[in-house]
Amino acid sequence: MKIHEYQAKELMKARGIAVPQGRVAQTVDEAVAAVRPLVEASGNPVVVVKSQIHAGGRGKGHFREFPELAGVTVVLDGLEGGLKASEERVRDLTKKMLGSTLVTVQTGPIGKQVNRLYLEQGIDIERELYLSVVLDRAQERNTMMASSEGGTEIEEVAERSPEKILRVTIDPAIGMAPFQAHALAHGLGLRGEAYKNAKRFMLALAAAAAELDSELVEINPLVVTRDGKVLALDGKMNFDNNALFRHPDLLEMRDLAEEDPAEVEASRYGLSFIKLDGNIGCLVNGAGLAMSTMDIIKHVGGEPANFLDVGGGATTENVTAAFKIITKDPNVRGIFVNIFGGIMKCDTIANGVVEAVKQVGLKVPLVVRLEGTNVELGKRIIEASGLNVVSADDMKDGARKIVELAA
Amino acid sequence: MSVLVDSNTRLLVQGIGGAGRFHTDKAIAYGTQVVAAIHPTRGGETEHFEGVSDSSGVPGRSDSYRVDVPIFATVREAIAATEANASVIYVPAPFAADAIMEAADADLALVVAITEGIPIRDMIRVKRFLQGKATRLIGPNCPGVITPQQCKIGIMPGYIHQAGRIGVVSRSGTLTYEAVHQLTKNGLGHTTAVGIGGDPVNGTNFSDVLELFHQDPATEGILMIGEIGGSAEEEAAAWISEHPAKPVAAFIAGTTAPPGKRMGHAGAIISGGRGTAADKIRALEQAGVVVAPTPTDMGTAMMSALDRTGS
Repeated sequence: MKIHEYQAKELMKARGIAVPQGRVAQTVDEAVAAVRPLVEASGNPVVVVKSQIHAGGRGKGHFREFPELAGVTVVLDGLEGGLKASEERVRDLTKKMLGSTLVTVQTGPIGKQVNRLYLEQGIDIERELYLSVVLDRAQERNTMMASSEGGTEIEEVAERSPEKILRVTIDPAIGMAPFQAHALAHGLGLRGEAYKNAKRFMLALAAAAAELDSELVEINPLVVTRDGKVLALDGKMNFDNNALFRHPDLLEMRDLAEEDPAEVEASRYGLSFIKLDGNIGCLVNGAGLAMSTMDIIKHVGGEPANFLDVGGGATTENVTAAFKIITKDPNVRGIFVNIFGGIMKCDTIANGVVEAVKQVGLKVPLVVRLEGTNVELGKRIIEASGLNVVSADDMKDGARKIVELAA
Repeated sequence: MSVLVDSNTRLLVQGIGGAGRFHTDKAIAYGTQVVAAIHPTRGGETEHFEGVSDSSGVPGRSDSYRVDVPIFATVREAIAATEANASVIYVPAPFAADAIMEAADADLALVVAITEGIPIRDMIRVKRFLQGKATRLIGPNCPGVITPQQCKIGIMPGYIHQAGRIGVVSRSGTLTYEAVHQLTKNGLGHTTAVGIGGDPVNGTNFSDVLELFHQDPATEGILMIGEIGGSAEEEAAAWISEHPAKPVAAFIAGTTAPPGKRMGHAGAIISGGRGTAADKIRALEQAGVVVAPTPTDMGTAMMSALDRTGS
């Protein structure tokens, strides 16, 4: 699960991790009202207005409706004109930003609508660093990565100058040890106050990552100010969905507006669904089989419209829901049902498909490949339904048939 | 011969409610020796199973079965009373890591965790706990392990499996079914099929299982089924290069998976350009592995790997 930057910073602040002062706003009035308390509390007349979407690259991203306007904008008006000038500038900006579409390298060309803004104090930056906690799959432990190349994507640094990335592996029984934080802070060339603050920051961040079952915590940039403060200027936190049962507070931070509506609908029925750009809808049991069904469609010259795993314990109702989600996509020109029954029985799938077609109709070709538990029964149900279904002998045969029919 | 499980496997079941009961019944029907079940509050009771035997399972049994499996409060008690030597875990995800650790603490040789959805942090802790212990963990989030006509541990349908010559190891459940079905159809059959699971942190990786198959005289060739995410397939390729004795065929799922999206399995995600299917296929081909272009071609890929070495 992903959350917004301002939510990540709330979580960090509550755990003793230094973040700049900021306020969230969902309306123009809220944004304007946030300026005075923010400037007074921080003592800095500069205010930064940051779009809150679940995608990176916001600072370099621009609004489709206002191409000259960046996703993160610094308001300097307070330096000369005082609070009033800042408030007017913020009013002007947020009127444009709220409800508009921010396009960044990570959103793709469609962009994402901005519904929340975060107003943050200006910071006197001396250095920009990078810090993250991620799973190192080879070590099977979390690792903290630090780099002097703040503000650049870490993949880019890894490509260009891997020697600039420092890593320590965190023992789950011990947590991050002080000597490890020392190695990173010292390795980044920090000394004096900045060194002490960085060490404290790192230890608190590692503890928070473990406590919150985060899958990724990324502070990019981590900034050092001229007076030796160390702050998270940006903050990204993703959480392990499987651990959310022990974090009801995190679940409340979920922003459904940031997620694909079809994917949200699918998750209600326990379906694993991902929307893609092609035109062949896929309904499959098992993640590996679902993934390779997409592959085989592409292999025979088609384009999958989705990944969909109905799971091992799906009922007729789940299958019906899955079918409806697929047919809702206007791009879909054909549907391929590919089932290898194990625990999932072929007759359950067949009943679900027949029921769904009864409810929503069938306007596109449908190819069904059934194999495994109760396969004969499943085939009989489909036949008896009188539906216009093409049956397939195996995956490749099915993929060829649906691609041909959908052309 | 086989790896990990055979007719001497004495299985205890952790998590006998719901799905655990259903699959335990299927395992008994197959002929697996289920000697104990664990339940924190039902120690001293028994769990009754009866039904029609699975004709594809252990040969020479009667057509039906009636069994009362004794329930114990702890794994240690169960082992002391029944000499169980393997465990299967169906315990719900929030409690599954604890169940794995209990089994390892009791020095069970084999623990097969079927449970899906265990938090990564829990598995990181489990792996730390397993260090220095003799227990081999298979899974979690896997279909289990089956040696045809000897022992079935897990949720795979028994009847698609046929005893034979190939060792199968896979990160995906349904693709394993697809693979063994093809091996059954082309007459190769398999020694043991091992589902290592789709999670990013798991008990046993490809190279561990490759080594087991390598040492098993009955296994003449190996079919491995991987997917995007992580580097277990690349590590397997390195292992195969160093141990070229047995022919290996492979299939890798996820050629068309978009980056950054989790494809059903928790471990199936391409992050930062790493873990792509193309990289894995290249590494395996360089190691001399025959890679099937589609899942329908897994059986024939295995055939040509065997032909290539004259096996």
